[in-house]
Amino acid sequence: MTTLPPPAAKKLGLVIDLDICVGCHACAVACKEWNDGGDFGPLPDADPYGAEPHGVWFNRVHTYSVDRGIGNRESGIGEAATCNGEARAASTIPDSRFPIPDLTVHFPRSCLHCETPACVTVCPTGASYKRAEDGIVLVDDDKCIGCQLCAWACPYGAREFSSARGTMQKCTLCVDRIYNETLDPADRQPACVAACPTRARHFGDLGDPDSAISGLVAERDGYALMPEFGYKPVNKYLPPRPRRDGCNDNDATASSVSREETLDRDQLPGVLRWLDRALSR
Amino acid sequence: MRPTLSIICFTVLSGAGYGIWLVLGLALALVWPACDAPFVNPSGGTSTVCWYPPLREHLFVAGFVLVTAGLLFSLGHLGKPLRAWRALSQWRSSWLSREGVAALLTYLPALAVVAAPRIQEWQGRRFPPGTGYTPWVTDETMSLIGVVLALMCVATVCCTANIYSSLKPIRAWHNRFVTPAYLLLALHTGLLWTWVLSALPNALVEIDAARSREIDAMLIALALTSLGLLALKSFYWRDVDAGSRSGTGRATGLESLGEVRAFEAPHTEENYLTHEMGFVLARKHARKLRLITLAGAFVAPGLLALLALAFPTARAAAAWLALVSGMLGVFVERWLFFAEARHAVIAYYGR
Repeated sequence: MTTLPPPAAKKLGLVIDLDICVGCHACAVACKEWNDGGDFGPLPDADPYGAEPHGVWFNRVHTYSVDRGIGNRESGIGEAATCNGEARAASTIPDSRFPIPDLTVHFPRSCLHCETPACVTVCPTGASYKRAEDGIVLVDDDKCIGCQLCAWACPYGAREFSSARGTMQKCTLCVDRIYNETLDPADRQPACVAACPTRARHFGDLGDPDSAISGLVAERDGYALMPEFGYKPVNKYLPPRPRRDGCNDNDATASSVSREETLDRDQLPGVLRWLDRALSR
Repeated sequence: MRPTLSIICFTVLSGAGYGIWLVLGLALALVWPACDAPFVNPSGGTSTVCWYPPLREHLFVAGFVLVTAGLLFSLGHLGKPLRAWRALSQWRSSWLSREGVAALLTYLPALAVVAAPRIQEWQGRRFPPGTGYTPWVTDETMSLIGVVLALMCVATVCCTANIYSSLKPIRAWHNRFVTPAYLLLALHTGLLWTWVLSALPNALVEIDAARSREIDAMLIALALTSLGLLALKSFYWRDVDAGSRSGTGRATGLESLGEVRAFEAPHTEENYLTHEMGFVLARKHARKLRLITLAGAFVAPGLLALLALAFPTARAAAAWLALVSGMLGVFVERWLFFAEARHAVIAYYGR
């Protein structure tokens, strides 16, 4: 049935912390590895060792640069072009041909297991469905005719067509892991979450306001992607924390590096003044 | 969006086929009941059904071929075409499923147009007058079949259009002009085919005053659809060009931090999404292709129809010219409809 089930209390999903994701692609690789051998059958690639390898991945990690009008120092610490209203000379790395982004955000993109997903309702066969019990959006591979309309209906690019299998493939939220009693309880989480080395990915019930990940969303102002479409994504993203801009050098929050900048050399004893000068060369 | 040949052929050919059947339905309902001579059946008994020119069967056959060819092309787009029957099950939520159901149901009134008089003719031979057989196919029956056929054609083309116009991530499709344009284009191409078929030798047997009036009405209708589509597509393109495209900052939710740009792609090769939804060629050449569409699909057939109104002797040649120009123009129109449309997911790739 491609009509949506009544809203359920349980909404399993992911919370992805954009502040600490380092863009290592371990989640994407772990996902591909698990799902290639999981209960949903293989994820075959076209031309895997050839010139133009082409295949389905449920998880894709984008990297974005965010231009905030800040010149970066070599240390990577930002320096605002204007500070307290006064213009500051732009400081770029000498001899570098490449501008350093003010802020780099690694952005893993996968199915958001929407509460009202259009990919389910457009499906003509009933292959695409949303589970009533936990909200996971799945494709029944035996019913899918490969018309690809669901991929067109999804603004998040969650669905990819497998030309090798002739059917639509998507993230299963590792439904074959999270309920798998043959696995150790600690392993009953999506492969991407288990693989993340910085713990930027969290799995849990976003329908339960007392769950750990609902707490994360509340604490860090987690947001849904493109809410204007009205599909109500369950997965949430935690925005990058505010960055230092180099203006608040004397603040208690400023880093040790920033504090060193205000060092008054004349106040130092002679030996240290010499040491400071020698190290500053 | 990548313009796939199978979908372009599906929408153009089945659209033209339903357009022909729509014209046939309207002709049965509105034009042909006022016939001059009743159909005389070979066994001697007179029928209650009017005599129709062979054009009626020409229209049925042409519509049947185009609709069926279009539907077969649509199967070509499927990854698993043998499972296509499953697509008839989810009509409660899916426009694609509704389209499939409506397309198959439309065959029934279309077949009835040619079958009903034949069945009656066969029954008339079996039960000569005086055996108590009352003919059941009357002109009213045929008009009713025509009305049902016309309504089913409109419903099917609406379903086809709604498959696309219901997709919010593709702004150029989620537009109020899309469904009216699909409907009017079906009627327009249907009229172009009807014009050619009516110009075939013996299609109308002889062109008397009544037939001449019918042809004039058809040509005026064609000139009007040309004019209407010229306006409709111009409004549509103005709408499409005016809207703002969703940027990367919006898509990632990071726009409040600054200007977001794609720094590194997730993959070095093309993937399904960039291949299917990252088609940029058409947007580069949009202006020229739009002019080709307007001139070929609407202006030329419209002018040819007016020419044929003025010079009835040039009708057959003008009909073929209008059909070729119109169909090629509509193919370009449909190619542009797909190729120009930008999918929201492409914002993640910063394209």
